Amino acid sequence: MLFQEQASGEFVVIAELQPPKGNRLSGLYEQAEHLRGHVHALNIPDLDNAIMRLGSLSVCTLLKAKGMEVIFNLSVGDRNRLALQSDLLNASALGLDNVLVLQGDPPSLGDHYDAKPVFDLDVLGLLGAVKRLQAGYDLGGSELDGKPQFCVGTQIQLRTTEHDFDLEVIEMEKKIDLGVNFFFTPSVYDTNLFETFVQKAARLKTPIVAGVTLLKSVGMARYINQHVQGASIPETVIDKLMKAPDKQQGSIEIARETIRHLRPLCQGIRIIPIGWEQLIPTVLEQAGL
Amino acid sequence: MIVGERKAFDEIKEMIKGFGKVLNLGCGGCTSICMAGGQREVGILNEELQTALKQDGASFQIDGWTIERQCNGDFYSELDEMVRDYGALLSMACGAGVQFLADRYPQKPVFPALNTVFIGVDRDIGWFEENCRACRECVLGETGGICPVTRCAKSLFNGPCGGTSREGKCEVSKDTPCAWFEIHQRLKEQNRLEDILKVRPAREWRNQTKGSLVQEAFKPRYAK
Repeated sequence: MLFQEQASGEFVVIAELQPPKGNRLSGLYEQAEHLRGHVHALNIPDLDNAIMRLGSLSVCTLLKAKGMEVIFNLSVGDRNRLALQSDLLNASALGLDNVLVLQGDPPSLGDHYDAKPVFDLDVLGLLGAVKRLQAGYDLGGSELDGKPQFCVGTQIQLRTTEHDFDLEVIEMEKKIDLGVNFFFTPSVYDTNLFETFVQKAARLKTPIVAGVTLLKSVGMARYINQHVQGASIPETVIDKLMKAPDKQQGSIEIARETIRHLRPLCQGIRIIPIGWEQLIPTVLEQAGL
Repeated sequence: MIVGERKAFDEIKEMIKGFGKVLNLGCGGCTSICMAGGQREVGILNEELQTALKQDGASFQIDGWTIERQCNGDFYSELDEMVRDYGALLSMACGAGVQFLADRYPQKPVFPALNTVFIGVDRDIGWFEENCRACRECVLGETGGICPVTRCAKSLFNGPCGGTSREGKCEVSKDTPCAWFEIHQRLKEQNRLEDILKVRPAREWRNQTKGSLVQEAFKPRYAK
């Protein structure tokens, strides 16, 4: 179970692998094998960006069978409370013990925009459900015949002002009360801003895993700045990418620098490669991880 | 008509407690017709609130005013001056009216006195029944004027399911007619069963996000 040995203070390295759109797993297995021994766990998204894909549950189960530590993702966007609780039991019965609880995305943003948005529970509601199942009861009040146990994580927002940081910390406290053991952040690009945030969150004494996206191009960086809520990639970073003669090398250097800054600030990183999965070992090696 | 029902008295009382001087605004539109939020209901609620809050020993004043419709800015001019004297506004309109009011006076705390429950019809005096979910994809032409979105427990477009009793009731309750049983009966009587023989594709639920509509004839007017 992830973060069980957190007391040892080991810096946790997680890589995110997107399930395929289809049931051919050879590519994903190849990526996972390439990362074996380099990362502590693989995070497997659940219908990320409301794009229909192979699910987190089956991919996690299959990777776990290959001896890999995985984080099962479960979002409230596409399932009602019956299905969410059942999937938590499914995950537990299949031997998965790390779960990341997410808000999910509205279908209108994805590739099935006619789909009915569910959002029966919100994230706090689902965290409450996890807590309840772990106590041996479901949300309907019935007693369970066998109760699951999870290491529970959830995503937090990275906001851009100090006032907003306070609001986020309040939100994190509520989530901790509901049993959260670790937090994932979205991708961090501005480590100074992140430092201000973690100082405020330090009193919560709950592991924070910072997101690190491999920036593939200046266009991608500008797009993120314009469209991704709360993201602010500093111009110095974009400039560095622009001037890099080899974009992959430039991206590795930016990620390496970001990780170097993040390492003393948080308890782990989650690398989001977006197609550059093969670069992860190099990034980690150069970052000294 | 949009049908509303008054919130529990204690809930209303809690919301406005501490605001000293409150204006309760009725709506002359739907909520007046369904006897939940018109001039008469404003008077009744105000009397109850005045008595209860006085008993609590608080200094409290509540006044009432009912405008033609709370969902149209044209009816608000008489209020603009009036609301300045009040610490908070209570609205007896539907949710749309409450939001319109809150947007009109963004500095004022606005509280709903009603729960908006559905779009419905009068079954009898004071008895209303939901008949439309405003799904924006009306199929009533093919379903004999019976809405499967509203009246089927599963909102099925290709019904019935296996939960219809021999008497034509829905499995969720023996008092609930199965919408598809009724659709079938009506279309059979009209000799129009071919209307439900084809498979209907899955609904476009994207229509359930917040909507905005300009009628065709007015499109040039708002083109900019």
